[in-house]
Amino acid sequence: MSSLDPIDIFRTEAAELLDCLEATLLDLGEKPDSTALIDTAFRALHTIKGSGAMFGFDRVAAFTHDFETAFDLVRQGKVPASVELVNVSLSAKDYIRMLIEDPDNTSAIIGEAVLDELKHLVAGEAPKPSAPPVASAPPAPQGTAVASPGWRLGLVFEADILRNGTNPLALLDDLRDLGPCQVVPRLDGVSDLAALDPEALAIAWDITLNGDVSREAIEDVFVFVGDEVTLTLTPLDVEAAPAPEPETATEAAPAALPAPAPDAAAPAAEARTGNRRPDDRPSATVRVEAGRLDELMDRVGELVIAQARLSQLAGLQTDVGIKSISEEIERLSARLRDTTMGIRMVPIGSLFGRFRRLVHDLSRDLGKPVDFITEGEETELDKTMIERLADPLVHLIRNAIDHGIEDPARRGAGTKGPTGRIVLAAEHVGAQVLVSVSDDGAGLDAARIRAKAEEKGLVAPGTPLTDQQIYQFLFAPGFSTAQEISALSGRGVGMDVVKKTIEGLRGSIDIATVPGAGTTVSLRLPLTLAIIEGLLIRVGEGRYVLPLSAVEECVELPAADRLTRGRDFLNIRGELVPFLRLRSLFGAEGEPDPHQKVIVIAAGDARIGLVADQINGKHQTVIKSLSKLHADVTTFSGATILGDGTAALIIDVGQLVAGDGAERIQDFQEVA
Amino acid sequence: MMAETAESVGQDGALQVVMLRIGAETFALDAGMVREIIDPIPATRVAGARAHLASVVNVRGNVVPLADIRERFGMPQAVATRDTRFVVIEVAIDGDPVVVALVADKVFEVTEIQFGERQSVPKIGTSWRPEYIKTIVKFGEEFVIVPDVEKVLN
Repeated sequence: MSSLDPIDIFRTEAAELLDCLEATLLDLGEKPDSTALIDTAFRALHTIKGSGAMFGFDRVAAFTHDFETAFDLVRQGKVPASVELVNVSLSAKDYIRMLIEDPDNTSAIIGEAVLDELKHLVAGEAPKPSAPPVASAPPAPQGTAVASPGWRLGLVFEADILRNGTNPLALLDDLRDLGPCQVVPRLDGVSDLAALDPEALAIAWDITLNGDVSREAIEDVFVFVGDEVTLTLTPLDVEAAPAPEPETATEAAPAALPAPAPDAAAPAAEARTGNRRPDDRPSATVRVEAGRLDELMDRVGELVIAQARLSQLAGLQTDVGIKSISEEIERLSARLRDTTMGIRMVPIGSLFGRFRRLVHDLSRDLGKPVDFITEGEETELDKTMIERLADPLVHLIRNAIDHGIEDPARRGAGTKGPTGRIVLAAEHVGAQVLVSVSDDGAGLDAARIRAKAEEKGLVAPGTPLTDQQIYQFLFAPGFSTAQEISALSGRGVGMDVVKKTIEGLRGSIDIATVPGAGTTVSLRLPLTLAIIEGLLIRVGEGRYVLPLSAVEECVELPAADRLTRGRDFLNIRGELVPFLRLRSLFGAEGEPDPHQKVIVIAAGDARIGLVADQINGKHQTVIKSLSKLHADVTTFSGATILGDGTAALIIDVGQLVAGDGAERIQDFQEVA
Repeated sequence: MMAETAESVGQDGALQVVMLRIGAETFALDAGMVREIIDPIPATRVAGARAHLASVVNVRGNVVPLADIRERFGMPQAVATRDTRFVVIEVAIDGDPVVVALVADKVFEVTEIQFGERQSVPKIGTSWRPEYIKTIVKFGEEFVIVPDVEKVLN
């Protein structure tokens, strides 16, 4: 049963709003003049304040109120959205997040400091050093200036508004907070007692509000009611004039631009028809707890296994009816599997968004201006994969900024501009996803890495190594070439963790670098963790699965190579491919098949052949992890269940390729 | 959740156990850790795994290690007989619950053993590693081994 705790709902919603606020503030840092962005940020704040108060997060509401008050000056155009202001606003946003997530351990001092800074900035830059106005009486903004001492309001709610939990009386109280009000109910809609629906609202109100109050302040009162209220607003002093067309605002969102006052009626009328809140797009999405999706995936996995057994049995039957039902179920379960996997796919953009803040903060702290560019945000990946990618990408981006990008002075001296460039890109490549982090920095220094590796005793001096092999030292635990240890990176902790995480996701990691022009770290990842396309092979009596994505080709083992032990190399179209005999690797018993096959697999740049007795064909492999007790087994990355109910092991290709094949064979022979 | 209940000895010193025979010895497993007892099913050998965990089996859609603890107690390997059963247990390994199928030559009964009948592990007269054994209990005329399953497996 999913939880419907309103507090949890508020937390989820607030988290989204805060994400939106952060993205908007970061955008604002780049485009400080955009009123649309300022409005979006303001709206997010306002909603957080309102729902925070509603759910009892009083500290959130109070802080956000002060934040909002200060930010209101920005909205009114009195204070420019400077870089400093954006930075402080980001801290304020972080504080709100802390208040929501862990209120007990969040000290109010932080909030006060942030607010002080914010107020200081706002006051310092305001042309009029007047005290920041409180929400109840903001000064009239230019444009929508209110010349009148009050308003006449017509308030007609939708009849079913009570069912949505809105209390019109509370809204009337909010109006009274703005200034003295005269509230007159319109009772003409109220029916006889017998016909009265106690859950429907039949009353409308006419209100005279006296006081120097802006239109926005009134509209803000109704911001949560949305289009369930028809609000007619008429300035009191215009009353005297002959019957002005009443302005109607259905939407309380602040107008995108300070409209010139004389023309105020026109945009307002427009608002009546169109719903202008940009985040109010109609979307039919359902929130589902992640655990339920995992459960669904498990069930589908079991279904696929059961279906495979059915197909196998049906294949032995002569009954056409059984065969056709089995085929039908095969088709259905394949579609169900694809749909289920599709549900779990999330655009990677949701992850990329988080790094903008990281880059922004790092670039500020390190004094290295950086342009952060993301590409392929719409690329979809399994959600578990996305969650687990977050930490490795943080490391890679940190490294790129800290080590990759040079100091602005050094960059300026070269042909590059002082501003560095980090590109985070994702794209689909076959059945894999390629995620890359590129910088336009100095590139890797192979000689320096090599020297460091020799110093650390990772490699004997003088060993011939390709550059690619040298870069692999970066992933060795405790390896760092940074001359100074900074707070961010240079401790050599991280890259080995990155490699481990990526390999844990059955992915691979490559480094490409051009001295002076930059470095690209590419991560190749499978689309999902749950099911892979596999190649089923037989070795002795055992059956094994190879990930099909790693398989390049299959060839017959030449007769001459069946017994020789001296040179385990194949000549495939002029290329020498070393091969491993899986029979000896797995200690298989019985007679080898007279027609052994070589499956050529690739991982990174390396190609290697695996000799099996038989190739059984493609297999939809539902991956089951191996038990913790088998953690010492590195040859296999997992297991799957075959059509006959037995388990088959999935060969860890990366491990086989990375390990020295000949050595392995020898080890196993010694054991045997 | 059921794991590590081996110490769940009742107030009266009684412990519910499943009695089983492995090789020539009788073992008592805390009934709380036993999930089910199944007939032998085909196992898949795992190359490179430790000798007492040499294969895996499919238990209700999950691939679990098949543990043959004979080797741990210095007993010779044996082939399955009509009485052979797989006892599926859940045991905490470094704090995480792990499901394992344990090969037993015969499963006898679920019974209670008395705390008072505990015998200290003899220092001589056995080549067993003492950490594999929690205690030895006298049951009727027989001595029954209460193994420390986590240590035996890991």
